[in-house]
Amino acid sequence: MSEKRLIKVPTMAEYAANGDTPEILFWVGCAGSFDDRYKRVTRSFVQILEHVGVKYAVLGTEESCTGDPAKRAGNEFLFQMQAMSNIQVLNAYEVKKIVTACPHCFNTIKNEYPDLGGNYEVIHHSTFLQQLINEGKVKVAGGESFKGKRITFHDSCYLGRANNIYEAPRDVLAALDADLVEMKRSRANGLCCGAGGAQMWKEPEPGKKDINVERAEEALGTGATIIASACPFCMVMMNDGVKNKNQEDNVKVFDIAELIASAEGLN
Amino acid sequence: MISNIIFLLVAAAAIGLFVWQIRKISKNINLGYDKDISDNPGERWNNTLLIAFGQKKMFKRPWPAILHFFVYVGFLVINIEVLEILIDGIFGTHRVLGFMGPLYSVLMAVNEILALLVIIACAIFLVRRNITKVPRLAKGVEMRAWPKMDANLILITEIVLMIALFAFNISDLKLAQLAGHELPGAFPVSAGLIDLFGSDESTLRTIAGFGWWFHILGIFAFMNYLPSSKHFHIIMAFPNVYYSKLWPKGKFNNVENITHEIKAIMDPSYQPPAPALDAAGQPIVQRFGAKDVEDLSWKQMMDAYTCTECGRCTDVCPANITGKLLSPRKIIMDTRDRMEEKGEHPAIFKPNHYKEMGVERVKTTDENTLLRGYITPEELWACTTCNACVEACPVNIDQLSTIIDLRRYLVLEESAAPASLNAMFNNIENNGAVWAFPASDRFNWADDLYVTVKG
Repeated sequence: MSEKRLIKVPTMAEYAANGDTPEILFWVGCAGSFDDRYKRVTRSFVQILEHVGVKYAVLGTEESCTGDPAKRAGNEFLFQMQAMSNIQVLNAYEVKKIVTACPHCFNTIKNEYPDLGGNYEVIHHSTFLQQLINEGKVKVAGGESFKGKRITFHDSCYLGRANNIYEAPRDVLAALDADLVEMKRSRANGLCCGAGGAQMWKEPEPGKKDINVERAEEALGTGATIIASACPFCMVMMNDGVKNKNQEDNVKVFDIAELIASAEGLN
Repeated sequence: MISNIIFLLVAAAAIGLFVWQIRKISKNINLGYDKDISDNPGERWNNTLLIAFGQKKMFKRPWPAILHFFVYVGFLVINIEVLEILIDGIFGTHRVLGFMGPLYSVLMAVNEILALLVIIACAIFLVRRNITKVPRLAKGVEMRAWPKMDANLILITEIVLMIALFAFNISDLKLAQLAGHELPGAFPVSAGLIDLFGSDESTLRTIAGFGWWFHILGIFAFMNYLPSSKHFHIIMAFPNVYYSKLWPKGKFNNVENITHEIKAIMDPSYQPPAPALDAAGQPIVQRFGAKDVEDLSWKQMMDAYTCTECGRCTDVCPANITGKLLSPRKIIMDTRDRMEEKGEHPAIFKPNHYKEMGVERVKTTDENTLLRGYITPEELWACTTCNACVEACPVNIDQLSTIIDLRRYLVLEESAAPASLNAMFNNIENNGAVWAFPASDRFNWADDLYVTVKG
């Protein structure tokens, strides 16, 4: 039997104290740090990082909200305050490359920080995982088998339409050798889960239906038993949508990193 | 000779009126604040070729795209015949381009086939609007009396113009046959209908003359109707695509004034640049976000003049699909209405006059501004910023940028965000997280984490 090893997650401060710099900074994000469900995704992703032996670090308690929800809600002032203080921290550590499991953090740091003085190579974890699989560093073997399981991928707006990343998460899922099915509205025509634009933190406006229920119905309609996502807010919305349809015992929502960690037998 | 002079006068008046209307529209667009969009001309031309000339985004929905393509190519090619009509009209010539020989034959033949396809396509479009009532064309609070009438008027006019062209060609062809000489050009449709108007020479001459005059006068009228109509997109689509944003859709602009303020907060020695001065030498105080049309950029105003009201944006909007008030098409149509109410208006369309026609609109207030007077906070707060509307627009309108600018005004100038969003703002301010967790707990996720070591 293989043994388990305790992970001590390295921080940027520790690296700096040793006069060293890691290859990548893993930007965890608020959801990855505080949301109980998404913390499991963060942990899965760190297991993968440890497994492949990449030199990484996190900011730990020095990390702060990117300002994305404030900006989408119209609070440009608060956004820029957050952005500029984060950029100060990132630049002080001379960060070059950032990986994050949150499409909102990804979009904000990659697209909106450069104008404010923050220039980094920013990679979403779907692209990062795709690279690890292509390079053979992750074999997608030795753990749970997904062969023949029906999986549908829900596109995150901030990964897909916002940044044209459609194939990376699908390539990652393809490595599972599962039965991938597409929803009718997918890729550039994908339907939002309903959380973007700061909707996550407010009640929806009056209407005839909640957006996440509409999307969950579409996902359930594919007959998939796993809904794969690559965004913390999509995950919350899809989970709630599945529960709304009383399908939580039959259909599970997983992040692509969880599926890979599990197929690799890391947890 | 007299007819040449009359033609010249009519043409001059029509073109003059058109130029006068275009100047009004350009004045309206320039109500928007100035913004430099001159970067990357190569990429911009490329987009213009693919998306505007090539209609790439139309083909997301193949059937309407094919029909629309017939009308579009028909419009372009038939304009060559219009050029001939202009020359013939001014100089009293007859089919002056006939000297081109076989090329002229090909041109006329293609023209006739396209004209027939235009009639068929427009007829199908009329059916889609009025009989099968395709939801995106028939429904929505913004689709009031005027937009519906406008669409039908254009389709009927196009059919009538094509019929006039055929009437001219058929009788011209028959006259040539009767006179025993050959007409330059090839007319596959008219040749089959050559006996339609009989063989009385004077009747045929009247029909040919009527068809000719009707077609050209129709085109002049159509040209001057354009600025009042959604059909103005046939001109605006090109500059609008050229000036559309090149960066990823997820990137929202950073408000520059705010950047200066925050830099000054973080570094007291920072000197923000002096504000721009207005014509009277007074500093221009710019609002944060947009309350009215002049707070939008000229490109956002141009968006409003480019809109064809096709409703593809609203059709894919998650908020609209699930019954919320938000309709991205309405945001754009409201911007145009408000701009024409506040600025100039073209010859026919007077937004105030049509404001109350048709179904009741979203409940607005009497405030004389784009925000609240036309677009309500309820619509704005329903947006998920998913970019589906931007992706769907065949002419690259950025509905989302206008929604965000209006939201910015609500939040930054009025502190009028929903209470739950204010709570989220407070959390970010106080503990750097969207939820009310202490920053010191941010790293707790890493506790007791194990990984399986594989051989």
